[in-house]
Amino acid sequence: MKLIFEKSVKGRGMQYLPDCDVEEISLPDCLKREEAPMLPEISETDLSRHYTELIKRVHGVNCGFYPLGSCTMKYNPRIDEEMAFLPGFTGVHPLAPDYATEGCKEVLDTAKTLLTEITGMDDMTFQPAAGAHGEFTGVLLIKQYHDARNDKKRTKIIVPDSAHGTNPATAAMCGYTVVNIPSAPNGCVDLDALKVALGDDTAGLMLTNPNTVGIFDENILEITRLVHEAGGLCYYDGANLNAVMGVVRPGDMGFDCIHLNLHKTFATPHGGGGPGSGAVGCKKYLAPYLPQSKLMTGKDAFQVKSFAGNFLVVVKALTYILTLGKEGIPGAAKNAVLNANYLMRKIQGTFEPAFDRICMHEFVLDLSAFKKETGVSALDVAKTLIDNGMHPPTMYFPLIVHEALMLEPTETESRETLDWAAEVYRNLYTLAHEDPDYMHASPHKAQIARPDEVKAARNPILKYQA
Amino acid sequence: MASFIPSTREEQLEMLKAIGLEKFEDLYKDVPSDMLLKDGQLNLPEGKSEMEVSEIVRQMAEKNVLFKTCLRGAGAYDHYIPAIVKYIPAKEEFLTAYTPYQAEMSQGILQSIFEYQTDICLLTGMDVSNASVYDGASAAAEAAAMCRDRNRRVTLVSACAHPDTINTIRTYSYGTNDQMIVIPEKDGKTDIEALKELLNGSVASVYVQQPNFYGLFEDAETIASLAHEAGAMMILGVNPIALGAMKTPRDMGADIAVGEAQPLGMPLSYGGPYLGFMATTTKHMRKLPGRIVGQTEDANGERAFVLSLQAREQHIRREKASSNICSNQALCALTAGLYLSAMGPEGLKKAAVNSMSKAHYLAKELCKIPGVQMLYSGEYFHEFVTTLPNAEKVFSSLEANGILGGLPVEGGVLWCATEKVSKCELDRAVAIVKEAVSA
Repeated sequence: MKLIFEKSVKGRGMQYLPDCDVEEISLPDCLKREEAPMLPEISETDLSRHYTELIKRVHGVNCGFYPLGSCTMKYNPRIDEEMAFLPGFTGVHPLAPDYATEGCKEVLDTAKTLLTEITGMDDMTFQPAAGAHGEFTGVLLIKQYHDARNDKKRTKIIVPDSAHGTNPATAAMCGYTVVNIPSAPNGCVDLDALKVALGDDTAGLMLTNPNTVGIFDENILEITRLVHEAGGLCYYDGANLNAVMGVVRPGDMGFDCIHLNLHKTFATPHGGGGPGSGAVGCKKYLAPYLPQSKLMTGKDAFQVKSFAGNFLVVVKALTYILTLGKEGIPGAAKNAVLNANYLMRKIQGTFEPAFDRICMHEFVLDLSAFKKETGVSALDVAKTLIDNGMHPPTMYFPLIVHEALMLEPTETESRETLDWAAEVYRNLYTLAHEDPDYMHASPHKAQIARPDEVKAARNPILKYQA
Repeated sequence: MASFIPSTREEQLEMLKAIGLEKFEDLYKDVPSDMLLKDGQLNLPEGKSEMEVSEIVRQMAEKNVLFKTCLRGAGAYDHYIPAIVKYIPAKEEFLTAYTPYQAEMSQGILQSIFEYQTDICLLTGMDVSNASVYDGASAAAEAAAMCRDRNRRVTLVSACAHPDTINTIRTYSYGTNDQMIVIPEKDGKTDIEALKELLNGSVASVYVQQPNFYGLFEDAETIASLAHEAGAMMILGVNPIALGAMKTPRDMGADIAVGEAQPLGMPLSYGGPYLGFMATTTKHMRKLPGRIVGQTEDANGERAFVLSLQAREQHIRREKASSNICSNQALCALTAGLYLSAMGPEGLKKAAVNSMSKAHYLAKELCKIPGVQMLYSGEYFHEFVTTLPNAEKVFSSLEANGILGGLPVEGGVLWCATEKVSKCELDRAVAIVKEAVSA
């Protein structure tokens, strides 16, 4: 399809603003723009149709199954959207006087009360805008904690080799050296490796539990105890909280701080890559270091962006939590875990799970033997899934499993969808043995055939040029 | 209680049975049993129907006080948003998709980002834009990180930048154990003589905001030349509405252009979600953080879009990545692209010129009031600072009449006007100020 710039016709366009009703002032000559930017000039009809054409080339949760592991693509309730777009929220200036923003503060306070209860934390900030931003904020809490105690020798953050790439990247942004520790054969933290890595230079450990292979680490209390014993703090990556929310609390596992992905666990939509909300919770001894907006509070605390964060996203998450309540929150977690186990067992016998045991909300298939046998890769399977109208799982992650496909069906999928998905996977397993070439060339019925990514990187075209 | 779980209780039991289990507890056998929350232990309210929740949240919204006329900016601007710009981003497909990892079923999202990147390059005069970052403040902090190398670690930041931006850069610098130094202010602008003193071989970059926090135009070109002479990079934070009429950051000598794109179609929303943009020259392309969409061809030779230059990113480079950012503000970027297409070059220029003209009219009229005068003498865009006697009384009178006045800052009040405020509203506001000042 054409780009919007290719639909532009000089002189076309809409008139959204009235003419100026005061004396027109122009910029000083030295600051004047010489040529107008070549933005599209387009009628509203064509504009509307352009975006409708784009929409036809998007797969959302509303379109079909989206079991993208680690991303918790659950259904996003429409009531959450309606609440976030109430004019009483969208029309509020962040620097309006206190009495005029009481409703916004009530949203943030209520969300904080509910989410600290769910996570077992004492305090929380909503300033971080996404998961990785939350990680950055959380690890900065750890850094400030050690600095306040003048404990300058703690220069290392321990990260398991199964972790999301954001964990080591975050530790580096916080000035720490990353110590990667290998996982045990069962995919969990290797206690011996952890003990070797720990020392008086340990600032902390970053961990997600359940971990990225979908297993709850049964040694979690021992892990957090060992880190604390060495003088470090424990950071909980909340990416996988959907498996355990309302069932077990990170605070009770011994974690000192945590980030939540409200756009995963608490059902706010991903928007094609944000805006999310990476709320950060912490125990009370870290609370003095939480970020704040200088302009809103007058305080010279640290801050990771302007104002109070992605406020409307918090409204959506709050609406969701109030809807589910004390039974619904653990109920969602349990059904997410049930759906994952059900799908895993239905697929098993063809594609095999990397760890043959009860999983949490997601599981990882190991296609290395299958690839050896058929020549068909995890990528080929993923691309053929597209032709079947479902979004592929997360591919080639975690790094500790080769030819990995990671599936997270979430709690909002029905048994029929899971049965259908399992059947598709089983059919592809058979197809790979019969016609591997067909799968190498997949997808066949998608918006595009496989794109040439190497060409994109070697010869970057990153904007439209007439 | 409303639940979004399709399965009935019977189905759940059948599914448990199908996988050889009896009850939900069997799924959590890896969790140490004394850690599991007991029934009723979780202190949350009971779940509710959609109708009940809707009422609760609505009541919260109603506790906020809205103002019909907004004369406050300071980083959050009340511009007119065309109806179509509100409507399209709410479509379920755009709303509920994830980051476009699978290009074959995400061309719509990828193309929208590619178009947004093009828009940002057009506005800034730069070669490359990323797919967005969290907001203007974090964009500035990420840009400062881009400029550092082994020898040059210090970031100089103008005291006339947005206070939240200064603090965000400071926080990110604290993270990497780097120094941020504030360039003092003089007459509401960056003190160029002081900057000269601060520049040396350890300075990686200079950050200046254009127009600055007080609404004043900086002498960005002089600052850029000074930075370049000292071997440092120039980061310019710009207001994207102003760019409808203002010289591009590139023409002003910037190496990296960043800014807060909330004015491009996003409501005030108590501070977020907003949108950070970042653009630079080809030379620094591979240091940009975040997602970047590139054009390529598919196996049939057709145009296709993909997430590109991923070798910079955390999922490949881990601790050596240019940033940890992954989720950004994609839907806000889509909104900004849509806004710019709707407005077109003429519409954007009009928003800029009208905003500036209204601000100048407001300033002129306010300064006719005894005791009210401009605090600074420089040229300004759509914000300015005046002295204001009896400020508390003025604000309460304005607010009682549905007008949010300017923001109190040191030495006076920071006012803002956008194209949205009519002359009639401005006259009314000025009359109220006049009466309250002398009351």
